[in-house]
Amino acid sequence: MAKKLNMRKRYELLTRGLGWEPTYQSKEKVFPQESYEGIKIVDWDKWEDPFRLTADAYWKYQAEKDKKLYAIIDSFSQNNGHLNLTNASYINALKLFIQGVSPLEYGAHRGYANLARQFSGEGAQIACQMQSIDELRHLQTQIHTLSHYNKHFTGLHDPFHMHDNVWYLSVPKSYFEDAKSAGPFEFITSISFAFEYILTNLLFVPFMSGAAHNGDMATVTFGFSAQSDESRHMTLGLEIIKFIVEQHEDNLEIVQGWIDKHFWRAYRVLGLVSAMQDYMLPDSPMSWKEAWDIYFVDNCGALFKDLGRYGLRMPKFHEQATAEAEHLSHQIYFTLYQFSHAAAFQTEIPSKEKMDWLSEKYPNTFDKYYRPRWEMYAEMEKQGKRYFNAGLPQLCQVCQVPMCFTEISKGRPLDLSYRLSEFKGDKFHTCTDACKAIFDHEPEKYAHAWLPVHQILKGNCGGEGIPDVLKHYHFNPEDTGEYKGSADDLSWREAHGESNDFEESA
Amino acid sequence: MTVKTNYGAYPDGNKDALDTFHGNQLVYFAWDDHLGLGTAFAFPFPPEMPFLAFTGEVLPNVCGAHPDFEKVDLAKATWILDGESFIPDESKNLIENGIGHKSLLRLKTPGLTGYKGSGS
Repeated sequence: MAKKLNMRKRYELLTRGLGWEPTYQSKEKVFPQESYEGIKIVDWDKWEDPFRLTADAYWKYQAEKDKKLYAIIDSFSQNNGHLNLTNASYINALKLFIQGVSPLEYGAHRGYANLARQFSGEGAQIACQMQSIDELRHLQTQIHTLSHYNKHFTGLHDPFHMHDNVWYLSVPKSYFEDAKSAGPFEFITSISFAFEYILTNLLFVPFMSGAAHNGDMATVTFGFSAQSDESRHMTLGLEIIKFIVEQHEDNLEIVQGWIDKHFWRAYRVLGLVSAMQDYMLPDSPMSWKEAWDIYFVDNCGALFKDLGRYGLRMPKFHEQATAEAEHLSHQIYFTLYQFSHAAAFQTEIPSKEKMDWLSEKYPNTFDKYYRPRWEMYAEMEKQGKRYFNAGLPQLCQVCQVPMCFTEISKGRPLDLSYRLSEFKGDKFHTCTDACKAIFDHEPEKYAHAWLPVHQILKGNCGGEGIPDVLKHYHFNPEDTGEYKGSADDLSWREAHGESNDFEESA
Repeated sequence: MTVKTNYGAYPDGNKDALDTFHGNQLVYFAWDDHLGLGTAFAFPFPPEMPFLAFTGEVLPNVCGAHPDFEKVDLAKATWILDGESFIPDESKNLIENGIGHKSLLRLKTPGLTGYKGSGS
């Protein structure tokens, strides 16, 4: 009988042993995307895979995790677990998740499949191939888990079509497409490092501990099932950055530029998460500001201290993001509130308890700048004129968020922040110095951005009126608007024997 | 800087050039110190639209919900066009007033600074 191979040897044969030198075609032709970005890789064999995972072990682990996950979601479904949530308004966070985040898993699946094809180093190919399969699995488990909620609540029925068309979803979509339409090294710096290493906790902790705090055990379970994959992805993100920078001295400046850009692009996507975290969760485990301080200021501060020996520094404009931390969720949620007649989730004025929680968590900003706005909207609502914006918003050409941000770092938090560039005779508006810098660096690319508001105004989204556009988005009338009295609210109240008298319960 | 590409240059022109709006031009408009109304609005306007139609019809439609709106005296208002102070001629159209494709027009109403003076 043949001698059993040790782990290291097995790993080598099942990864590096799978490569070969092409002879019919030049290596440049076989890997056509590897050099044009200017990154120089001298020796792919220096690539160290921190997990040494081989395909056979990978399938075994994933199959075990799937078995556990599906047993739990079956029992959740059979026991009508959705009735144990804190409140049906919590589901709005899940709508944002499946519309905004799950399609990114699919985008990542495609992106890493491309990297597995385009990188010529076998170690990197295998790592990217596994991550590609992970991302597809995450998407599937999310869809399977949330399909139970789709039977009982609105807005969950067509996330992919929505992701490709709807205005607020163009924020995550355009970020990912920015990365996917770049070369392989920029993509991996963006998604593996800027998104999955630097910012992943700020995405997953709010959703997963938010789920735990609000009785959503199904979502907690798919979160756990993805966790070991995520830690593998984070490690890959860190390793790839070190690997690229160590390969050639010319790589440092290029990579730093991508870190600067993609940190900001990914951070802008997280603006939606901040609004979800502070406003959509009936019971919020921690505020956006608290999460930012822990996961970015502390953790990433320490990370970049370590990376200093590779010559890397903190992402440009990180001070701006930190300055915004006491404002971000409020500015974004106000925007969602007044445009929710055109969104596949519902919004509402925060309850008195929620407002007090926001005052406590945002002592420098909430009472001074944001509580008065809620009071104004409450007065309007009382007069039977719940505020919905009568127009369409100006969007930032780069992040595609409505231009709701203010001059916070200039000490003028009540002045909207406008930046302007010109390119080929046209004006281009951006929301901050950071988005303007990204535009000015590659104007050819962003001048071709598909901005949802402009597309509506060109008549490319179903027609001229809002009802035409909503039909084009595949929204049902009950998906949108005010939460109080919505189909979700009414069915929840009925199932829990609660009164439908909103005045009394408000 | 110029973008690096592997499969040829990006197409000529800009996606949202003037000729892609079926005869309209884009105009952005915001009322300063009234954040409760939200961000700047984006409109498709015919370039020949009289400025008077903007103040008389569009403004009440998008700003009318704000409690300050009934107190606005446009005779005392000031305007900013693309970052420069600007005095519109109401009898002239957008183009004659210098309001071009993707211009940003801002209204300031001295004395009116939002709900209870909060900027909202």
